[in-house]
Amino acid sequence: MATGNLALGQEQGESSARPRIVNDFTINVATVNGSGSQSANSVLLKSIFGMGVPVSGKNLFPSNIAGLPTWFTIRASKDGYVARKRESDVLVALNAETAREDMLSLPTGGVAIYEENFNLKQYRDDVVCYPVPFDKLTAALCPEAKLRKLVKNMVYVGVVAQLLHLDLKVVEKCVQKQFAKKQKVFDLNFGAVETGFEYARTNFTKQDPYFIEQMSQTEGKIIIDGNAACGMGAVFAGVTVVAWYPITPSTSLIEATTDLLKKFRVTPEGKATFAVVQAEDELAAIGMVLGAGWAGARSMTSTSGPGISLMAEFTGLGYYAEIPGVIFDVQRTGPSTGMPTRTQQADLLSTALLSHGDTKHPVLMPGNVKECFEFGYAAFDVAERLQTPVFVLTDLDLGMNNWMSEQFAYPEKPLDRGKVLTAEEIEKLGGFARYRDVDGDAIGWRTLPGTMHPKAAYFTRGSGHNDAAGYTERPEEYVAVMDRLARKFEYARTLVPAPLTYRNGKSKIGFLAFGSTDFALRESLDQIENEHGLSVDYMRIRAVPFAQEIHDFVASHERVYVVEQNRDAQLASLLKLDLPADQVVKLRSILHYNGLPIDARTITDEFATKEGL
Amino acid sequence: MATATASGAKGPKLNHIGLPIVDYRGGRSTLCAGCGHNAISERIIDAMFEMGVEPERVMKMSGIGCSSKSPAYFMNRSFSFNSVHGRMPSVTTGAVLANSTMTALGVSGDGDTASIGMGQFVHLMRRNLPMIYIIEDNGVYGLTKGQFSATADLGSKLKTGVINDLPPIDTCALAIQLGATFVGRSFSGDKKQLLSMLKAAIAHKGTVMLDVISPCVTFNDHEGSTKSYKFLQDHDEPINEIGFVASFDDIEVDYDSGQVYDVEMHDGSQLRLRKLLEDYDPTDKANAVRTLMEAHEKDEVLTGVFYINTQKPTFIDQLNLVDEPLATLPESVTRPPKSTLEALMANLQ
Repeated sequence: MATGNLALGQEQGESSARPRIVNDFTINVATVNGSGSQSANSVLLKSIFGMGVPVSGKNLFPSNIAGLPTWFTIRASKDGYVARKRESDVLVALNAETAREDMLSLPTGGVAIYEENFNLKQYRDDVVCYPVPFDKLTAALCPEAKLRKLVKNMVYVGVVAQLLHLDLKVVEKCVQKQFAKKQKVFDLNFGAVETGFEYARTNFTKQDPYFIEQMSQTEGKIIIDGNAACGMGAVFAGVTVVAWYPITPSTSLIEATTDLLKKFRVTPEGKATFAVVQAEDELAAIGMVLGAGWAGARSMTSTSGPGISLMAEFTGLGYYAEIPGVIFDVQRTGPSTGMPTRTQQADLLSTALLSHGDTKHPVLMPGNVKECFEFGYAAFDVAERLQTPVFVLTDLDLGMNNWMSEQFAYPEKPLDRGKVLTAEEIEKLGGFARYRDVDGDAIGWRTLPGTMHPKAAYFTRGSGHNDAAGYTERPEEYVAVMDRLARKFEYARTLVPAPLTYRNGKSKIGFLAFGSTDFALRESLDQIENEHGLSVDYMRIRAVPFAQEIHDFVASHERVYVVEQNRDAQLASLLKLDLPADQVVKLRSILHYNGLPIDARTITDEFATKEGL
Repeated sequence: MATATASGAKGPKLNHIGLPIVDYRGGRSTLCAGCGHNAISERIIDAMFEMGVEPERVMKMSGIGCSSKSPAYFMNRSFSFNSVHGRMPSVTTGAVLANSTMTALGVSGDGDTASIGMGQFVHLMRRNLPMIYIIEDNGVYGLTKGQFSATADLGSKLKTGVINDLPPIDTCALAIQLGATFVGRSFSGDKKQLLSMLKAAIAHKGTVMLDVISPCVTFNDHEGSTKSYKFLQDHDEPINEIGFVASFDDIEVDYDSGQVYDVEMHDGSQLRLRKLLEDYDPTDKANAVRTLMEAHEKDEVLTGVFYINTQKPTFIDQLNLVDEPLATLPESVTRPPKSTLEALMANLQ
């Protein structure tokens, strides 16, 4: 985009360097938490997206309000790989505290754009350096000291745009969208972008091989985070009661839900067709969900690991008293408080088996933002059909990061409100027994409070009960209910989202995974094919209880690698409980649990080691 | 629908919606004979019957403990939810949000409320959720065979000789301070007072908190217990005599007007409080709390309606909910149309 002599200079710079690397690298922006870099990061991400290049963004942030280091990585990938890459190629260093360490972590041939005062060149002579006087440029641009911190971030966008050959028109559009309708704010911010762009154009000769070039891979696609997608799913499920307690990283799921409800679920008279309650704790949140579910509302909560632990007792009540409700669990790194702003898949066992006694719960496990939306609404159908609490298990990586996606499709089927008897039906039947299996699907009929028939009421309890909801301590009556609940769970296998098979050739080796591990695993399978000439099979599990296809997949392979993001091989453990004994020995685990999203290289290398390749 | 018995001259007495009292009865109580809780269940039956509440329009909510079992012993035609220990407030909140057209009656105990359930109790009071919250208060854990609860009085003695050395929590003072809009204390053995209080509670819109002292005949009704029948007969100091005239009754005045505090309830009923304590104004929050604190000093157990506020918006008002139950809103109202999703998608491109 630069012209004249400078462009010539660039050409010369390139020809003497390595071959061009186009649309296949990672940018790491190192800033300070609370410095307002989010808008700038978002503009850069969306500008690359706007040029048709597949892209993903990850915010690696501290558990802190302001002042601690934050990194935002943007991966552009012409092949559509959106998982975390272990190393970044281009560093934007704006945090003095971590600048040296960030510089040292670059690979040979990497690029460093940094505040010139940091003087990072001294640490590496194998890295292309572009020192920028960010502070000086910003001071000139923005007389108001308060705003400088924010504007500085936009200057880096301009520098990066120029160096990577981003189309400035596309960047401008993204800035416009970011600051919709606020002309003054736009002017200031885009002015900053132009300043950075101009500085780079006049002062640097491009010496690195990284370029963004126009593609058409993002047409019709959207960018959204998993939490917003889940919230959207809940709204299109017609949720009416939302009870929650703030916890990272699930809070934004509720915020997204609430925003949409306020927009789309207010009557012309200004009345709300929903209730959102910030509860006093997670115990109260799940209590409200069950109270509402019992009374017939579509109700939900959203939480993370510590909240799941607190919800244990109530979830057992929901299971035993058979009350619908949806619990979103955006997993973070445990145990205990753990690392609240890091990701993991370590709540699978605790959700699937939450509470004392013989309890088990359906768990839906979206693997991308589109499924966050789809399972976000399907979970309510499953919960009301099965009359039981249902978990939607996502994680911080999926929930809080930006992902490219196909557009979400409107739900095809009407809401399934499950088996609810009306007063007229009770009159016809002459009464009903709440927990009796009259249809052979192990699900009884229920009534809602307010059903105007003398025989409509029943007594809901977490204590021992018979199929007519009467209190019991009789062994055979207790066992009859417990056995029916077990049969209901068998029936659930056919109701929850079926697994997806991505590859099923003739390989003896199969892979199983769930949730956000999918992104890295699919990239890894390509690596395994390219590097080792092995084409292996892969099935992604999307729900507990496990569908028959999962049993068949294990049965048809000699060795099955289960890849997951926790220390204790939780998915493999659940599979071992479910599979016949002769199949269990086939399972091998590849585990990743350091709090960072899993990457393809980790999987590929560990697989190669385990296979002796 | 209501099963009206033929209203012949010899038939049972029917209430104003045409139901006999038998339609308000529950299962046989499995609590101890003489348990105060059974007397409270009887008064609930009487109050609901006399007020003509349709049983199917009532949700009976409870936690865990002797008290929380009692919803099984009244109003079998009402919908009942016996939840987990100390968590009845949240379950009731959810149920009322789902269907705010129902009358919610919660029965809890002193352990269920003032110990394990304190967190939820406190926040329920703050919200002024429309419901009646009854504490069947005996100062002792019955089902686990007689441990002190947090409402047991300082110095009160267990059968085993154990003396309570921690001060009691006054749930009424707490409820008043936190935002409940109808707060009273009664005694399970005081039929007239408890019945009037319950009838007024049914007419009230907002959180009603009634602490009903209910002696435990098995573990806490002996000499030295401050929650015994004997102690209450000696120390019960009513602050007002409660009269309640339902909106469908002829309003008669039989009190000396100079001594009476009239409260008009939401449904047009009249709550008449005849003052026994001079200058007691049940709408004065600070005075109510002070009166309760002073009674503790004097070792008195005050009963009556301590505080009432018919003006404060309920939680349902604050959330600005539609009038019909959220639970049964049709899909056309709850699921936004396809065009809405398409617009959202366009905005994310």
